[in-house]
Amino acid sequence: MKAVLGAGLVALSVAVAGSVHAEPVKIGMITTLSGGGAGLGVDVRDAFMLAIKQSGNEEIEVVIEDDGQKPELAVQIADKMIQSDKVDLMTGIIWSNLAMAVVPSVTGQDVIYLSPNAGPSALAGANCNPNYFNVAYQNDNFHEAVGAYAKAQGFKKMFIMAPNYPAGKDSLTGFKRYYDAELAGEVYTKLGQTDYAAEIAQIRSSGADGLFFFLPGGMGIAFMKQFAQSGVDLPVMGPGFSFSQDVLGAIGDAAVGAKNSSQWSKDLDNEANKKFVETFQSEYGRLPSLYAAQGYDTANLVLSAIEKASVKDKEAFRAALKEADFDSVRGKFKFNTNNHPIQDIYMREVIKEGDVLTNKIVDTAFTDHQDAYAAECKM
Amino acid sequence: MSSALIIEQVLNGIQLGVTLFLMAAGLTLIFGVMGLINLAHGSLYMVGAFACAVVAAATGSFWLGLAASLAAAAAAGAVMEILVIRRLYARDHLDQVLATFALILIFSEATRWLFGSFPLYLNIPSALSGAVHLPGGAQYSLYRLAIIGVGIVVAAGLYLLISHTRLGMRIRAGESDREMIGALGVDIRTLYTIVFALGAALAGLAGALVGAQQSVQVGMGEPVLILAFVVIVIGGIGSIKGALIGAVLVGVVDTLGRFLLPVLLEVFLPPSQAASIGAAVASMLIYIVMALILAVRPQGLFAANA
Amino acid sequence: MTRERTVNLVLLLLVPAAALAAQAIGETFYVTLATRIAILALAATGLNIALGLGGLVSFGHAAFFGIGGYAAGILATHAFNQEPLLFGLPGSKQMLVIWLTSLVASGLVAAVIGAISLRTSGVYFIMITLAFAQMIYYFAISWPAYGGEDGLSLYVRNSFPGLNTLDPMTFFLICYGLLVLGLLVFATLRASRFGTALQASRQNPTRVAAVGITPYRIRLVAFILSGMVTAIAGALYADLNRFVSPSMLSWHMSGELIVLIILGGTGRLFGPLAGAILYILFEFVLGGLTESWQLFLGLILLGVVLFARGGLIGLLAGKERHG
Repeated sequence: MKAVLGAGLVALSVAVAGSVHAEPVKIGMITTLSGGGAGLGVDVRDAFMLAIKQSGNEEIEVVIEDDGQKPELAVQIADKMIQSDKVDLMTGIIWSNLAMAVVPSVTGQDVIYLSPNAGPSALAGANCNPNYFNVAYQNDNFHEAVGAYAKAQGFKKMFIMAPNYPAGKDSLTGFKRYYDAELAGEVYTKLGQTDYAAEIAQIRSSGADGLFFFLPGGMGIAFMKQFAQSGVDLPVMGPGFSFSQDVLGAIGDAAVGAKNSSQWSKDLDNEANKKFVETFQSEYGRLPSLYAAQGYDTANLVLSAIEKASVKDKEAFRAALKEADFDSVRGKFKFNTNNHPIQDIYMREVIKEGDVLTNKIVDTAFTDHQDAYAAECKM
Repeated sequence: MSSALIIEQVLNGIQLGVTLFLMAAGLTLIFGVMGLINLAHGSLYMVGAFACAVVAAATGSFWLGLAASLAAAAAAGAVMEILVIRRLYARDHLDQVLATFALILIFSEATRWLFGSFPLYLNIPSALSGAVHLPGGAQYSLYRLAIIGVGIVVAAGLYLLISHTRLGMRIRAGESDREMIGALGVDIRTLYTIVFALGAALAGLAGALVGAQQSVQVGMGEPVLILAFVVIVIGGIGSIKGALIGAVLVGVVDTLGRFLLPVLLEVFLPPSQAASIGAAVASMLIYIVMALILAVRPQGLFAANA
Repeated sequence: MTRERTVNLVLLLLVPAAALAAQAIGETFYVTLATRIAILALAATGLNIALGLGGLVSFGHAAFFGIGGYAAGILATHAFNQEPLLFGLPGSKQMLVIWLTSLVASGLVAAVIGAISLRTSGVYFIMITLAFAQMIYYFAISWPAYGGEDGLSLYVRNSFPGLNTLDPMTFFLICYGLLVLGLLVFATLRASRFGTALQASRQNPTRVAAVGITPYRIRLVAFILSGMVTAIAGALYADLNRFVSPSMLSWHMSGELIVLIILGGTGRLFGPLAGAILYILFEFVLGGLTESWQLFLGLILLGVVLFARGGLIGLLAGKERHG
């Protein structure tokens, strides 16, 4: 599609305000706080609010609403936040399909949107937008990392599996972009499926030497538990979502040893991360997930830009965001030309620390990795 | 494709069918006796799974958790019947659909409020973990075999209960003529509460059994609920036998469809496309089967009150 | 009847009055909210033809809502990319073309679904319509050409000859005009001989058959009309959100359409409008107040079914007269 984003959409008239410091900033957060996927939204919200609180900036107001994981509802809330609450910035959406519903219309109304999780390819390439900043990852990145890792580790016959929907297809495409050896099988499952007996039987009989799967949320929990019980003994790999802190507790010991990719890990050795993990744990009584890390970075990015420019001066504020001059819990972070991150992606292994399951970094899959779509973005 | 793989897939289909049967049996019993459509049956399934997970985590025993799931779901069912459902028997299906739809919202949010937004941990008991060797070289999860066993026991138990006990006699009487059994002096209010609690307990049992090998989280009951409705409609609403046969049919068709369709399509298409289109058709398959069956037999396979 | 007529008149004027007031004080968001109410009321009015007049409890009307939405999305995407659609026919950004396409597509699908489903009745009918909607839902999720689960974005709202549809007030008036048209269709149908036969076949199918009318055929026609009206609403909904996705086809959507009718008052001409006003306001107000808004929404719905039979209009205008 051609880049005519926003043509003809009603642009909000924004008065240019004066002082840079301590000016009121209103941030709209639409995220998932009810239903089965609420854990991710809760982590993003909690970490975001933690960073705002730590900044001591009392002029920041965050309006939070639950989208119930429904795209139409998210669109309605976005309209309300822009037209009625008159927010300056927006953030919070967890799921790609909701982001696809909301982001084009938000950026078209000249409101800046910062993604704390989803990064669909359609927003990274030709349809990139100066008002859209992705602080998390481009959707393919984690899968590409596992593909590269599997190849480097000498796997010859991987079995790969994902749900039959766009993110699932992007996942397997991303994996195959860096893994070019033979596949023992390529399976698409039904979205929301929770019984994987049929697929496990196929894996067993496929003669694979390793397994890569992408099954977000409850699907991944169900699969790992059933896989562990099946007696099939294969190295398991997946993107960080499937072994993130929010689901590890529910999978239990079945997850131990699984390799997964992420741009963040609890044990990353830098000051910002130590502070983040420690304060998050003492504030909320649980370990942060990678979604929490992304929410925390999003807030700190916004805070760093507020220091440099007035949020009413869009041009200057976008430039301030693009500099990404904040202490990321990932250690280093910068934006590519399409406003998506250039960052390292690690391989983690699920381990047990006392009674608690968590991840530790075992390898680096990519250094300064950028997504495959940046070249198509003319911005 | 080896025969071991086919045996394993057929067993998988039966096992899925058995779990659906536990859900469908309660649903069809409640419809048969009280004429009520209960969309909130999936919420009782969720209650069972959460009760099992919480008790198992507190006591360390899956079996206590399983007992708790039966008790909690039955209690939740009884309370729900007394407070809400009882007022709906005389209403049309429309009001029942709306009220039980509202109950789903209430149960989901209340559960999330009580137990938080993150999935809970529940694992299968160590006595049933691991795989066993079957004749013919197949290997199969012991726990899944145990679920099939539970399904057979429940089916037999329901058969005995309905055909050989006083309660069963009343249930049968209630199915055929509601006014009549009231006139015979049976306390119909208590009978209805008992039947509802029984259906709820079966759903709770299914939730706990399935929760142990899937994920215990809010909203887990909804996909199962829709499948259970497909089952009872195929089997004939009100018929336990129909529910059993419908459940196994749906389980086997769904499992084999997911497994065979992509393989079949690979004959004419490149693997990646075959996998994707095969999966698309497989996800529609049971609905297609249901439409075909109803087109030929509008009252399902074993209509109870045809 | 007079009291219900007063209530109807108030409802009919309330929404545009609110929209105009919001426009006047510069709160355009509330114009959008009023548009949403009008569209959902139209969708439910469509369902009301089958459900209210024919007694056909369709639990699968999301299918038609989604077909209308996808008609808008697919035509607009093809026009946007200047790719031919089918047999060399181009896409279109004209609402009139999109509406016509929605009508044809949903009419055909409703004919197929209806022809099979109407062989059953009661709970079987509820469930088989649900099953058909699920079929289409899973198809939409896994069919990659039009975005699958991610849905389709409409980058610019489609156009209507002589009007600026980008203006929220104009778009509201288009939607509201169609809602009024939908209500007129419903009222005309209800008063017509066809409507009488349809209602009679709900109340007493054997007697209708005895006078030589086949209830099956009448019901099928009603079901098709019902699906077509809902599809128009779907096309508008896509234009409102500038987005269409499989969630428009989900069983929750079907459930919500039924909820709207019962909230407003089953069998009433203005039931869907009253229900849509209430539902959207609940969703909007509760969503702003608490994270657990769905819990309270559930409690309110339950309260309405148990204690306020006849819905909002029943409360305001008293019992429905049978005649």
